[in-house]
This record gives sequence, C-alpha cells and structure tokens, in this order.
Amino acid sequence: MDAKDILGLPKVSLPVPQDKKSRPQKDSQRKPDGISREVYALTGGVAPLMPSIDVNQLKKRQQPENEKITWEWLSFTNSARKDELKLYHWVRVVNGTPPTGDYSFAKYNKSVDVIKYTDEEYEKHLTDPEWTKEETDQLFDLCERFDLRFVVIADRFPSSRSVEELKNRYYSVSRAIIIARAPSPADVSGHPLVKEPYNISQEIDRKRALSMVLSQTKQQERKDTEAAQDAELAVTSNTSPEGMEKATAPVETASPSNIQLTSGVAPLMSMADNAAAAAASLRMLRVYLRTYALDQMVQAASSSAGLRTIKRVEQFLQELKVNLKPRVPTKAVCAEHLELRKEILTLLNLQKLLQNKEEGSSYREGSYTETPDTPKHLHRGIDQDRTFVPDSVSFGAISTERVGKKDQKRKGPGREAPSSPAQSNKRPRKLKATDS
Amino acid sequence: MVRSSDDTEKKNLVKKLKDVEISVPIVYGNAAFWLGKKASEYQSHKWTVYVRGATNEDLSVVVKRVVFQLHSSFNNPTRVVESPPFELSESGWGEFEIAITLHFHSDVSDKPLHLYHHLKLYPEDDSGSLSVKKPVVVESYDEVVFAEPSEALFARVQNHPAVIVPRLPAGFSLPPVPAEDADKRKRIDPKDNPLTQWFTNFSEADELLKLAAARQQVQTQIARVRRQLSLIDGQHQQQLKPPSEL
Repeated sequence: MDAKDILGLPKVSLPVPQDKKSRPQKDSQRKPDGISREVYALTGGVAPLMPSIDVNQLKKRQQPENEKITWEWLSFTNSARKDELKLYHWVRVVNGTPPTGDYSFAKYNKSVDVIKYTDEEYEKHLTDPEWTKEETDQLFDLCERFDLRFVVIADRFPSSRSVEELKNRYYSVSRAIIIARAPSPADVSGHPLVKEPYNISQEIDRKRALSMVLSQTKQQERKDTEAAQDAELAVTSNTSPEGMEKATAPVETASPSNIQLTSGVAPLMSMADNAAAAAASLRMLRVYLRTYALDQMVQAASSSAGLRTIKRVEQFLQELKVNLKPRVPTKAVCAEHLELRKEILTLLNLQKLLQNKEEGSSYREGSYTETPDTPKHLHRGIDQDRTFVPDSVSFGAISTERVGKKDQKRKGPGREAPSSPAQSNKRPRKLKATDS
Repeated sequence: MVRSSDDTEKKNLVKKLKDVEISVPIVYGNAAFWLGKKASEYQSHKWTVYVRGATNEDLSVVVKRVVFQLHSSFNNPTRVVESPPFELSESGWGEFEIAITLHFHSDVSDKPLHLYHHLKLYPEDDSGSLSVKKPVVVESYDEVVFAEPSEALFARVQNHPAVIVPRLPAGFSLPPVPAEDADKRKRIDPKDNPLTQWFTNFSEADELLKLAAARQQVQTQIARVRRQLSLIDGQHQQQLKPPSEL
C-alpha cells in the first residue's frame, strides 16, 4: 500500500528514482580524504590528476590567542592621488584598531623627475637647429605626462619624429642642463646621463638588427640551422664533393649565419695539405719504417675528422674484418689501407648527410604552408587567405584591404626566390656526379 | 737525363734521386723453445730475437750492425751484432720488450732506425701445452724506406734480392756496380738458418685481396647512399619547380 495505490496510478514504477538513491552513496564512499564532497562532485567522480593537499598536513598558522580580528569596510585616501578622492575597501582590523599609515599600494606610483629648464637656459645651452623651442617644450611636457614612455610620446607628438629622435633630444637636453648647472664638470661625471650619453645611430642599428631577427620566417630559421649543420658536416667530410657543395650552396641564400659558413669550408682544403705535409716530413727523415709512414698518413687523412668519427672508422674496419694495422704493410698494402680508410670516412659523412636530409625532408612535408618561397606552397598560402575572405567581406573595404596586405606579406618572403633557382642550378650537376 | 762521362765518382755518391724511394722488407721477432725437462726456474726457455729479410735475404747490403737492448737483468744488456745473421740467442724465463736498433752503411743512411719487439715465450692460447719441439714464433713485417737515395746506393742495391727498387725513368744511367759486392753476398747465406722452417710467411697478395674486397664493399655502400641522396634531391627539385600554371 502506497501513494500510488491511493491515487490509482499504475504500479509500474520508474526505475530512475531508485538508481538515483543508490548512486550518490556509492560515489561518496570512494571520495578521497582532504577534498570536500561538493568539489569532488564537480570532478564527476574522477580522481584528481594533480595530487591534492590535505589541509590537515599544512603547518598551522601562528596566531596569538588574544588577537581579535575583524574585517571592516572603511574609507581610505591614496597619497598617490592628488584629488583627495575617498574610496572604500575591506580592511583587516586587529583588536578594533584599524591599520594606520599610507595606502599600501601608493608607493608603486613612481614618477620620473623630468628636468625643467628656464628660457634663459634654453637660449644659452639648448638651442638646436633641428628643434624649435616649442617642440622641445612639447616633448618635455609629454615626457612628464607619460613618464618617459617614449613609444607613447612618439605617438602623441604633433610633428613626426621617430622614437630615437625624441629620445636623443630629451637625453641631450637633460645632459646639457645637468652639466650646465653643476659647479664643475667633475661633480656630475658619475651621473648616468653624463657618463653614458645616448647614442642615436647605435640605437637605430640595434633596433634594425633586432627587427631583422624577429621578422625571420620559420623557413629562414630552418635554413640557418640546416646551414649550420652542413657546415659542421663539411668540417668532418674530406673526400666527398657533396660536402663541399652543400657547404657552399647555402651561401647564396641571404641569411646572417652565412658569415660563419665560410670558415667551415676552409678545413676541406687542409686534408690534401696535411697529406702533403706528412709526406714532406717523412722525406725529411730520410729513413723510416713503412708502418710509421702509414700512421702519419692515416693521421693526416683523418685530422679534420672528430675523435668519434675516427673511432667509427676503426669500428667499420673491424666489421669488415680488416686489421687496423696491416699485417704485411708493403707499399701497395699501405696505399690500399689508406684508401679504404678514406672511403669509409666518405661513407660515414654521406650517411650523416643522408640522415640530415631525411630529417629535413620530413620537416618540409610537415610544413608546406610555412614555406612560402616554393610556388606550390605559395599557392596554398593564398588559398588559405582566401578562406578568410567571406568572413571579412561583411566588414567592407577595410578588411579587403587587409586581405590584400596579407597577400603581399605572403609574397614578401617569396622575393627570395632568386636564391632557389641558384640552388637548383647546382643540383643537376650533383646528380650527374653521383650517377657516374 | 744523360750525364757526361767526366763526372766524378764522388759526385755520384752525393747526388740524390728525387721522388724515389727504395725499401727493404724486413721481419723482426723472436722464436722461443721451451727447455722441457731441462727447464729451471730462471731458465725455462731458449729464445732467439732477430731481424731478417722478409724472404730471408741478406740484409747486410744495407744494415751494418744491429743493437739489441735487453732487459737490464741480463748481463751486458746491450748486445751488438756486427754481421749477419742479425740475431741474438739467450735463455730466460720472462717476457719483455726488446729495443732493436738498425745501423746502416754510411752510403745508406747515417741515422739509425728503432724497432720494438715484445719477446714472447709462452703461446697465446693457454690450452696449447708447452712443447719442446715446436717453438713460439712471433714476428712483425715492416719495410725500411730510404727516401731520396743517392745514385750510388741505388746502383749498388738495385739488383739485390733484399731490396725493392722502383723502375727509373728511361734514359737514366747509373754508375757501374763494383764487382766484389756480388761475391760478398754469397759468403753467408741466411737461408741456412735452422729457424727458417718456423718463420712466418707474409703474403702481400692475401692482404691485398682482403683490402680489395673490403673496399668493394664500402664503395657499394657509398654508391647506395649517393643514390638515396640524389633521390631526395630529386624530390626537392620537383617541389621547387617554377610555377608555370600560376
């Protein structure tokens, strides 16, 4: 007998309410310690990914027993403000006495002491053919207002002056005034403005270099690292013409790392030099052992290779079941042995090159859209931009102009294109060399 | 280059042959016999250290004397051998490094040459029990190279079996060889050496074959890697093809 009987409802009850009853109990049983039931419910019963801190394990905060702490809504004044505006905030009141002293954040209102000059001083020390007194006054006014935030100042400045020009004027005026007001130049020689005058040309150069680095595309960056790797390879490679070609090819592409590259080419020449030097020093000996001569020549041949590469060559020799030192070191045997070592060195370098290229090509495949100087990618890049067009059409002329700009940007790096034909000129030659 | 007949003998001696080297293949090492029942604590082995021609030819054509520097525990550790065969026999129990110094005839080289040999008395593989009949023989092959020899030396040794001389360019005439040298050579025949049967045969051909096979293998691998490289380059080239359709 229950309510349903009384109301004359069918006895088939919905199974849902029953489930509802049992489920929360089950969940709450699994709830870990140190986390409230409500918070745990938010996670949906999933154990937290991060270890939760048990509050009981935290160190108890030391609090004197006799302190009575209340929080009160009180007004306060801010010494950083000049308008005496009264604002309210919650204050922690200990034993009924509110904290005294200045507003705790007032101390962060730092302002710059911008030098002020008189008309007389201006006439005497500060005249500049490129600056009028009005302009200078304006500059100093803005410097005061914006606390030497020169980017903002340049933005507000009525006549068009670059940030560097504004800085140069401000610092040279300040410097002149400081020197003029000092009783003797020695008194202010330690002043930062006097000691280190603003150097406008250096600043311009610095910013240009910085923007060059920052505006480098990923493609250029990758080229640079590739070039660096190749240079490294070129150092270790001796006999392979590929190594030489690879090292010189990137020089044609414009990138700052090229300067270092040229130094990587030099060691290539040294191998022949080393061999010649070794042969010459042997001749000087007049009489020597064949094994000694072989040692010298092997050393000369591998002088540009790293210790690890030399080790690998010897491992390779062992794998080929060839004695590291020939058992019958006749002239012919030594010559063959030396050639074998050189060939192994070449093979190792080529393998390294191949490995690098394979890594490089897999990168390329993954970043088609990032490489605008290959036409196929350029095409794709534009396509991508076009997908934005329907959206932007509704914004009218401005946005279409923006799209146009974007296209230009895409094409921008494409201007490097002259460098890639230069590379492709090289490649057929290489193919021929390897086919033979 | 034909020299006029009034050139003096002295000049021939001094005249150097540029870009020519003559070489003398040598083998140095030791043979050690275990004394068996006769072995005492301090004299377990009788050994002989030697420098010989690679094919047992007489080295005295260039070598004047050989000095063996033995371990300091031997009496008179510096042993000088003035005539072939350049060998030294001793008995002892321990292995040590022997410094061998070759001194040459004055027309060959005034500088000596140093070799080092580690005296070996006990066989490498411990399993092989000591045998009285079969000696332990350890030898190294090397070649003594004389760079830019004088014409006189070249002429003197060019037909000697112990010396390898290169073929001289056509039109080169050398001073006549004194006849007595040929007789001198026959006086001692190092091939009579009782140790000869134990000497190692160093085969240049085997070594060359092995090296040729190894080079073949490496060259095949180089070709394969180059093919792969050009394949990758080819792929890049396709990607870099100029946009004719654009």
